[in-house]
Amino acid sequence: MGELKFLISPESGKRLREDHLYELVIVGGGPAGLTAAVYAARKKLDALLVSVDIGGQTLLTADIENYMGYHYISGEELAAKFEDQVKQYPIDIAVGEEVTSLGKEGNDFVLTTSTGKEVRARAVILATGKRSRPLDVPGERELVGRGVSYCAVCDAPLFAGKEVVVIGAGNSGATAVMDLLKIANRIYVVDVLPDWRADPLLVERIAAAGEKVATFFGHEVVRIEGKDRVTGIVLRPRGGGAEVPLPVQGVFIEIGLIPNSDLAAGFLELNEAGEIVVDCRCRTSVPGVFAAGDVTDVPEKQVIIAAGEGAKAALSAYAYLIGQRR
Amino acid sequence: MALLDESVRNEVKREFAGLTGKVKLLVFTQEFECDYCAETRALTAELAELSDKVEVEVHDLLASKDLAEKYGADMIPAVVVLGEGDRDCGNRFFGVPAGYEFSSLLEAIKMASSGDSGLSLEAKEALRGLEKPIHIQVFVTLTCPYCPMAVQLAHRCAVGSDLVRADMVEASEFPHLANRYGVYAVPKVVMNEQVSFEGVPSEKAFVDYLLQAAT
Repeated sequence: MGELKFLISPESGKRLREDHLYELVIVGGGPAGLTAAVYAARKKLDALLVSVDIGGQTLLTADIENYMGYHYISGEELAAKFEDQVKQYPIDIAVGEEVTSLGKEGNDFVLTTSTGKEVRARAVILATGKRSRPLDVPGERELVGRGVSYCAVCDAPLFAGKEVVVIGAGNSGATAVMDLLKIANRIYVVDVLPDWRADPLLVERIAAAGEKVATFFGHEVVRIEGKDRVTGIVLRPRGGGAEVPLPVQGVFIEIGLIPNSDLAAGFLELNEAGEIVVDCRCRTSVPGVFAAGDVTDVPEKQVIIAAGEGAKAALSAYAYLIGQRR
Repeated sequence: MALLDESVRNEVKREFAGLTGKVKLLVFTQEFECDYCAETRALTAELAELSDKVEVEVHDLLASKDLAEKYGADMIPAVVVLGEGDRDCGNRFFGVPAGYEFSSLLEAIKMASSGDSGLSLEAKEALRGLEKPIHIQVFVTLTCPYCPMAVQLAHRCAVGSDLVRADMVEASEFPHLANRYGVYAVPKVVMNEQVSFEGVPSEKAFVDYLLQAAT
């Protein structure tokens, strides 16, 4: 039947005051944003947390075994605990709202959301995290939701008895294979590199599945085929050679993440990877705007690091606001 | 064996402490139960033990044909959520409401009890303008963390308007429906067979889709 899970209902825009100048707006509800919210609330800042969801990428992480204090906890349990802690404090929270623009008017920052709401703030923390990286091959965009998936844990059960391909042989690709093993009929794994990059423990588990899993290492994807739904994928050996067509109904893309920094493009300094450049105090290139977590150029994308950075960003924002008050 | 362990029972009791009105869950199953039917019946029975405001009525789909037809329970397992005085809130669950959808079941019970959709004033106002019945089907899997947001939005709309019925449909239990509607990603929302989309839109966008389905 599956484990019973508690999740927080989306309170879309319920606690967002449009005609109000907040001291601090925190954008993003993953570990960095939620930790920043707790620290901001404890400094009694007049703050708003605005986010599409609560939990961010932790919701897609089945097992977490390296967040201190827990030998083992699932991603959604940890996210729920984070949210519980935030809700102890009287800050405004707007879940289900995506911030689509950020700019400055006079001394205030102005943010707009996808539903057309406008919010003003004296300081901002961007903790918008990362999202799945697309393959950028023909057929991919047209077939999203028609067999192309970026969420194996969500969509795997829809491919019972089907032939599927997982693109990417890192840890997330290997985890997708594990999610699909009991469900799909046959699983192909494709990567441009010549071997698995996943943890040996995962690779051993997959090897134990035998012939159900076939690998095409050293291959790249040429295109995804299908009209209303995926019918196949075409590969090519990296060094050249004949195209390899595979009849599949599902394509699970697990080739890493890209930062959700569109909001900051042209306003803040980004590095080549599109990450927001921050200093050791989480300050961005624009005074008053701070950033934390996976969206920044801080190395190592880990829940515990994002949470720590979120705390630091909130304390830096507090110091900045105190300086402004003088 | 109990499905709800001690910590879940305590959490649910806390959630149910605020229930004001009575809630009745009509559970449709059959004599020779499917696995998921048995689990749905057991799960709802255990929930009912946790609050005197929650009652469960189990029905055989064939023996209670008229009742099943009245509430549109045409496949099993089905859970129909009724509020005080057996008022139909328009909320249905087809397939076991476990995994992430367990929270949607709790939310549906809380909403049926209070009678409040929790929608924004704008959304409530927009729904008042509806003139035609809307049937929302939200296809989910039990491992999808985003799906409850779509289910709960749909359920809110059903509580917000007597013309709206909102079903959670667990895609892997009803493959014929998943095939029919081309469900290859979840959550997938289908409204009146006319409007369909994947993912979780904002409340406003969801209501806009609903109004579009009504035209």
